[in-house]
Amino acid sequence: MVSILDIIGPSMIGPSSSHTLGAMRIAKFAYNLFGTPPDSVSFYLHGSFKETYIGHGTKLALIAGICGMETDDPNVAKADKIADELGIKYEFRGIDLGDVHPNTVKIVIKKSNSFHEVIGSSIGAGRVKIISIDSIVCSVSGDFPTLVIENEDVPGALESIIRIISTNGINIAQVNLNRLSKGSKIASMVIELDDELPSFVLESLKMLNVVRFATYVKPI
Amino acid sequence: MNVKSLKDLIDICEKTGETLHKVIMDWEMLDTGYSNDYIIEKTSKLLSVMEEEYASKKGKEFKTLIGLTGSNGKKMLEYLPKAYVGENVFKAATIAVTMSESNASMGRIVACPTAGSSGVMPGVLLTLEESGIERDKLVLALIVAGGIGKIISMRASLSGAEAGCQAEIGSATAMAAGGAVYAMGGSPQAVSHAAALSLKSLMGLVCDPVGGFVEVPCVKRNAAGATLALLFADIAMAGVESVIPFDEVVDAMMAVGRSMPEALRETGKGGIAISPTARRIMKNLKDKLSIPEDN
Repeated sequence: MVSILDIIGPSMIGPSSSHTLGAMRIAKFAYNLFGTPPDSVSFYLHGSFKETYIGHGTKLALIAGICGMETDDPNVAKADKIADELGIKYEFRGIDLGDVHPNTVKIVIKKSNSFHEVIGSSIGAGRVKIISIDSIVCSVSGDFPTLVIENEDVPGALESIIRIISTNGINIAQVNLNRLSKGSKIASMVIELDDELPSFVLESLKMLNVVRFATYVKPI
Repeated sequence: MNVKSLKDLIDICEKTGETLHKVIMDWEMLDTGYSNDYIIEKTSKLLSVMEEEYASKKGKEFKTLIGLTGSNGKKMLEYLPKAYVGENVFKAATIAVTMSESNASMGRIVACPTAGSSGVMPGVLLTLEESGIERDKLVLALIVAGGIGKIISMRASLSGAEAGCQAEIGSATAMAAGGAVYAMGGSPQAVSHAAALSLKSLMGLVCDPVGGFVEVPCVKRNAAGATLALLFADIAMAGVESVIPFDEVVDAMMAVGRSMPEALRETGKGGIAISPTARRIMKNLKDKLSIPEDN
């Protein structure tokens, strides 16, 4: 249920909740995958984002997000200069991502030898939907601490993963299950949590035989 | 507490003798779990952002993203002492335009309820504050405005892309008018009448921004919204009632929005957006604004 605080707010950088604030929140989600500014970033803009790139400040909003700035930081308007100061290399490209929301961006961030890829859509009023994290299809709001797991599609996989989370006293808000391929027995789960996930819990999850890959993302 | 209309909220006020802002906060607690204190604290912070931003932007010129506006707030502030419509009304319009130009230049704003309509509420609230109404009352007025906006979001829409500008500037104006009545000490019924009267007066307003950008006509429509909100707050305080109740006006607004062609819903493909002058402006800007295709 919507809060009146979302009706009379939020405090944000203009001019557009979907093309500025939403874009910034998707980039902030990508920033949270490393938790520190990346060495380089590529933004692939789909649909309306290609048109609002300058006129709605989508470009500066995306750069501000990847610098880790707060969504109402007045310095968003000079985010390009701040990225230069932080030594972040950035590039923008147009792309056709197919049948996705018109306001969608694919972000690839690199740091040393590792990289992450996020695809997210800005769905209105500053709300976002992350539809892919490191190639795992999902539907995430970014409002909760989020755990993304690719796992073996075998009996008991879900139970063993959930048990590690629950025995560490962390409450689960929502779980999304997805079978990626029945033949190769690969599934994914996106778990939104009520509390932040300590890093040792993430490490225990990664050590499970059924877990092929696990990533944790802080809320935006 | 199954609230579906502004009437439901007012009925609770009348049955329990509780104030409107308190009923709205209790409704909020049931929906979101936020305590009354938390709502008051957060709302006060949103008002602070409006106050701080206007204080730092007052009388300034802006370099907006598209460059079609940016110096109107400054011109209006200089003209203010001569304003024929009177100081309060012109001040509200001046603040609304200034905040809206700040929005168009990537300034910090409060999306109340949207970024495109973010000048209306500060225009009204800061004018009331300068005229001597206590800040605490303005925080409660903003909570009441939030309740009005939430009813609109539940029954209709706050999005120009869905229902035209009537859903953005129209909703902002209804919220500000209701809030202003509350700050002036009006009854919950008077709040409802001010919101209904102002929304009716903007019924059918299309969303036709030049190039799809939040500058023309959005910036100056914020002036219209703030002005109308104060006007209808006064009209409601005078005892004038809306023949059609607020909730029915909201439903009518949504029905009008649904029957609006897509060209008139934030696509930049209808209304003034396709006037010869708008086409000429966009032709000149086209190369500057978009990103080259590269798959």
